[in-house]
Amino acid sequence: MMRGLLSHPSARFGLAVLLLLALATGAASWIERELGVDAQSIDILAQLAPPSWSHPLGTDDVGRDLLVRLLRGGQISLVVGLATALVAALLGTLIGLTAGYLGGPADALLMRLTDGVIALPLLPVLIVLGAVDPTKLGLPADAFRSEWAGLGRIVVIIGLVGWTTSARLVRAAALSVKVQDFVRAAEALGAGPLHIMARHILPNVVQPMIVATTLSIGNIILLESALSFLGLGVQPPLPSWGNMLSNALDQLYNAPALALWPGASIFLTVLAFNLLGDGLQDTLDPRGGR
Amino acid sequence: MLRHILVRLLQSVLILLIMSFLIFGLISLMPGDPVSLMAAASPGMTPEDVARLRALYGFDQSWTIRYGHWLAAVLSGDLGYSRLSAQSVAATLPRPLANSLALMTVSLALALLAAVPAGVIAALRRGRALDHLLNLAAFAAVSLPVFWLGLVAIIVFAVGLGWLPASGVETVGGGGAVDRLRHLALPVLALAVAGFGHYMRYTRSAMIGVLRQDWIRTARAKGLSWTQVVLRHALRSAMIPVVTILALDLGTLFSGIVVTETVFAYPGMGKLIYDAVMGADFNLALAALMLATGLTLAGNLLADCAYGLLDPRIGER
Repeated sequence: MMRGLLSHPSARFGLAVLLLLALATGAASWIERELGVDAQSIDILAQLAPPSWSHPLGTDDVGRDLLVRLLRGGQISLVVGLATALVAALLGTLIGLTAGYLGGPADALLMRLTDGVIALPLLPVLIVLGAVDPTKLGLPADAFRSEWAGLGRIVVIIGLVGWTTSARLVRAAALSVKVQDFVRAAEALGAGPLHIMARHILPNVVQPMIVATTLSIGNIILLESALSFLGLGVQPPLPSWGNMLSNALDQLYNAPALALWPGASIFLTVLAFNLLGDGLQDTLDPRGGR
Repeated sequence: MLRHILVRLLQSVLILLIMSFLIFGLISLMPGDPVSLMAAASPGMTPEDVARLRALYGFDQSWTIRYGHWLAAVLSGDLGYSRLSAQSVAATLPRPLANSLALMTVSLALALLAAVPAGVIAALRRGRALDHLLNLAAFAAVSLPVFWLGLVAIIVFAVGLGWLPASGVETVGGGGAVDRLRHLALPVLALAVAGFGHYMRYTRSAMIGVLRQDWIRTARAKGLSWTQVVLRHALRSAMIPVVTILALDLGTLFSGIVVTETVFAYPGMGKLIYDAVMGADFNLALAALMLATGLTLAGNLLADCAYGLLDPRIGER
């Protein structure tokens, strides 16, 4: 599989970009030490400084180092994107398995729910989800105040609307597998539903799920950055590519260059995930062929 | 066919009902309630006044009961009052909706005008350099964050070159049709790019699927020219999945307009929903979200009917 992927030009490009990104964001704390600044350190005397040895990409309107903020923001985008994709895939698998295996009214209800969630205007609903008051859920008022809980909140709200594709994939697989003879035989031999789901149904959806999940990461990163841009995602002072851009919107007339790097980073990362997913699809599914 | 449409219509109404329940639940989880906002605005109110108002408007009851009251009111045509516009919700919605529909239809038309020919050409030149180039362009287009594209467009065309206005629907005081079009240009551009990538890829893969069919060879064999086969026969069946995706995508389009309208300060539905949620305008947020969901569902239903009309095999069912 790996060889097939490496012979696919766009997948190769995607992998290379992601590898580079992982290396660069991984080196963020080393670069912080070398430059002697971190993502939050403000330098009033160096506002909107041009690129130099001490600030390789220059600084923003309060003198924070752009390169360091870009790398820290990248860490956050990648972690949130991967975690959300996993949460959504797990949720979708659970719902798809239940619907496909049980069938009948449970299936009908879950599939109407899936149709409904697909019909939801995604970003508007995410805005409402982002504005939810934790105390009304019985949580303490500062539940999302800490950095990690704040990121967890984004993972949960995007995961809550992102499970539909995997639910449909898993359900379709469950429907087609559960009527086959070997499953009937396993049932006759006394295999329980959990055994059948784990041993017979899930292995049949691993490949399409890998493709769907890879392709979803790019979309999730786009959604997260849009939410952060609107002020409902990653909260300042924690940097993210989205909230760096909303800062750039305020400085549009005196520092248009601020908008360049964060946007280009989102674009390249999302493109890399999409190309990788496309390559995976071609490699894993020879019938799809190009 | 009629039966099929009726069943789908009933299903859509059911889904809309389920979704209205969930959306109402979500909105009731937003911070504060209208009475506490009223109390915060008038310091003379005593806690007893607040409690009496709560009871009067029913905010002392659980949200499921309030949902029942809301649903009854909506079904009798009463959407309530908007806190931000100090008007009824029904009077607040039409203008932003018209603005958004203009934005959506123009950008969609532009996206399709570029995407369908590009997709057809890519499919015909499959595997060649032109195909790879168009494919890469499509991937790049769907990977661009809409709000960044908007920012760059403002920087280049409004700040740098000064050709086009950066925000709003028209110059203050009104400026006629040309003025409105000039205001529409940049938001439309930002929205159309992602649409282009999307529909170009769908057209390409649908076209490749169709060109593989035996009846294409038959059409060639009976003496039709290649252009005729492609334009008259293949394109028509390749458009079936594209039209379906188009109607199914209305929800995605609503996501696009939220960021686009925020970047360009364009007073449409997306900005209205954002402002309503941020400004704790519960009735307005609720009605706008329901409207967006309803439109998306209507789009899905339309896709289903179009599918039946375009594909005779389904119509006979």
